[in-house]
Amino acid sequence: MSLLIRGGRIVDPANAVDAVQDLLIENGQIARVAARIAPPQGATVVDAAGKLVCPGFIDMHVHLREPGHEYKETVATGTRAAAAGGFTAVCCMANTSPVNDTRAVTDYILAKARSEGVVRVYPIGAVTRGLEGEELAELAELAEAGCVGFSDDGKCVMNAELYRRAMEYTLPFGAPVISHAEDHALAAGGCMHEGVVSTELGLRGIPAAAEDVMVARDILLAELTGAHVHIAHLSTAGAVRLVRDGKARGVRVTAEVTPHHLLLTDEAVRGWDGNTKMAPPLRTKRDTEALVEALADGTIDCVATDHAPHAVADKEGEFDRAANGIVGLETAVTLLYDRLVRPGLLPLSTLVARLSRDPARLLGVPGGSLTAGAMADVTLIDPDALVTIDPARFASKSRNTPFGGWTATGRPWMTIVGGTVVWQP
Amino acid sequence: MAWTRKHLLAIQELEAAEILTLVDTAASLQEIASREIKKVPALRGKTVVNLFYESSTRTRTSFEIAGKWLSADVVNFSASASSAAKGESFVDTARNIGAMSPDVVVVRHASSGAPALLARLLPCSIVNAGDGAHEHPTQALLDLLTIREKKGHFDGLSVAIVGDIAHSRVARSNIHGMRKLGVTVTVAGPPTLIPPYTQELGCKVSYRLEDAIRDVDVIMMLRLQQERMHAGLIPSLREYSRYWGLSLEKLRAHARPDVLIMHPGPVNRGVELSPEVADGPYSVILDQVAKGVAVRMGVLLLLAGSKGAEATEPQGGAR
Repeated sequence: MSLLIRGGRIVDPANAVDAVQDLLIENGQIARVAARIAPPQGATVVDAAGKLVCPGFIDMHVHLREPGHEYKETVATGTRAAAAGGFTAVCCMANTSPVNDTRAVTDYILAKARSEGVVRVYPIGAVTRGLEGEELAELAELAEAGCVGFSDDGKCVMNAELYRRAMEYTLPFGAPVISHAEDHALAAGGCMHEGVVSTELGLRGIPAAAEDVMVARDILLAELTGAHVHIAHLSTAGAVRLVRDGKARGVRVTAEVTPHHLLLTDEAVRGWDGNTKMAPPLRTKRDTEALVEALADGTIDCVATDHAPHAVADKEGEFDRAANGIVGLETAVTLLYDRLVRPGLLPLSTLVARLSRDPARLLGVPGGSLTAGAMADVTLIDPDALVTIDPARFASKSRNTPFGGWTATGRPWMTIVGGTVVWQP
Repeated sequence: MAWTRKHLLAIQELEAAEILTLVDTAASLQEIASREIKKVPALRGKTVVNLFYESSTRTRTSFEIAGKWLSADVVNFSASASSAAKGESFVDTARNIGAMSPDVVVVRHASSGAPALLARLLPCSIVNAGDGAHEHPTQALLDLLTIREKKGHFDGLSVAIVGDIAHSRVARSNIHGMRKLGVTVTVAGPPTLIPPYTQELGCKVSYRLEDAIRDVDVIMMLRLQQERMHAGLIPSLREYSRYWGLSLEKLRAHARPDVLIMHPGPVNRGVELSPEVADGPYSVILDQVAKGVAVRMGVLLLLAGSKGAEATEPQGGAR
């Protein structure tokens, strides 16, 4: 079984390659990358002229909703959405029902992924039992079962002592503790960013400080314990400063940012659309500018979508009662390429690195490069395709996006997992 | 100016001329209250649904009276006595009411933006009767009508709005309406009750009652909800009353002798207003209530009255 991808622009930041070359895949592995490769006997040849050929993209922050909320998403539909969005691997968060706080749940998710999934699935285990923030989950067994990180995502572990112990306990596993940094008391009752717009709309605001104080705490705890803390969906200029400072001081802190926090501001809430409600909330232009700069200079290590599927009824009602979050897997690559790379705000190789090499490194999972011998997870992009985002055509079960109707140039063109083409348009 | 809007959702989105059209229409309808037969046929055959998800005395009653004086069929729906109590969602309830073909739905809801949501969902006209801490357009209109009647004009007037600005839809609607009509607005209260970036709304901010009420034409006192104390926003009602309550002594010492005292009600006597101020000669609180009916008649007429038909105009009424 071999697959020859011919004449594409290979963008492989891990090997500092950006050149038009051929890529040969054999037996599920990258065989080689070279200027001209003659097709071996029986090889399938893909003409990739004009396309971008990248290491498979990894989204380290996804809600697959299974078990428990299958009306929103399942492993089957969520991984298809990932494939359609150019992602070859996803990490799925623990806020399922039951919560992924025991080996049985992790085993179930992985079994579903093997039997029904189309991309790699790496579960994230809960930090605390039931996401209650009171007692540690069985973290060692979760790690052994295959969890690649630990997070109570959706909730912040407010007890600093317990969070300190979680960081210490997980030190031997080489898996980061992933922080949903949002002080419960400061954020209480809020449903959007606290600023001019929240004051005008009369909606309870969540100040940027609700995030900043927790990012500061978590960096200090990482410094205390020597553990690796990863800040999920960073959204404020203040948190960017704290992470930059932490890294400069040698603290093991990494961070991710979502496409929506890079591209939208609280001005989007003016239409009262529930699809502009998320945690953390959309911030201001000053914040989005700081986030783009931080993604470019490496302060922020990766892009993750926080893909959060919700049914129509969860999002269509009163704004302050709507569920938090939006789907992101099928819009991320198009939006980031069109809105950041094409206008020159972010070099292409940096975007590719933040979607492949860097999440692979910080999670310690395979992938992230097109090195010979590596597993053949490859994402191809058509940088010239004109698209109008149409939620009705999503592979995801849910349609909750504020980006419907947006037009853009550039889209995923083919997704290859372990040498097998799992998606093409 | 001819009225062209289908809904009344927020003062913020109106132009000054539109606000004046609403105020003028209400002014012309006031005389109906003094008639022996308080009924005009303007909205005969029209259905108005009062959809109230929060308790309300003044607003609901005055919308009901306004609709009835205009001969509309008025139906009251209060959330506690309805399927909302059985857990039906707001959207589902709204769609069901919409299926019964009302001409106007008047909505009061604790969630900011609920009227805008209804306007997206239903084919009929929507009137915002108060949404969360967002807006309460008809309250601002009746406040404006009261001020114009007492002062004769809006030009160059100054108003102090005092109290819990952060949670007040009345404050927001009035700030927008007054600014558009050339009135200078100062909001005042303890910093915990003034929302961030309030200056961006185009008003001044003061943290001292005595400064805020000096030289203004109107003082609008807002109701202080008891639960603000439990949320840690103020230490005690006693302290609030001491520094932010308007007593006769403070009024005489710092305010102009011709100042008007307004309050959207219900008044906490002894908290934000001392009884002798609330019931005294400066107070126009009951004038506000009386004008509420005329304002709501005007709004219903402009939204649901058939355009240009003579029959819709009350006898000797709207120009």
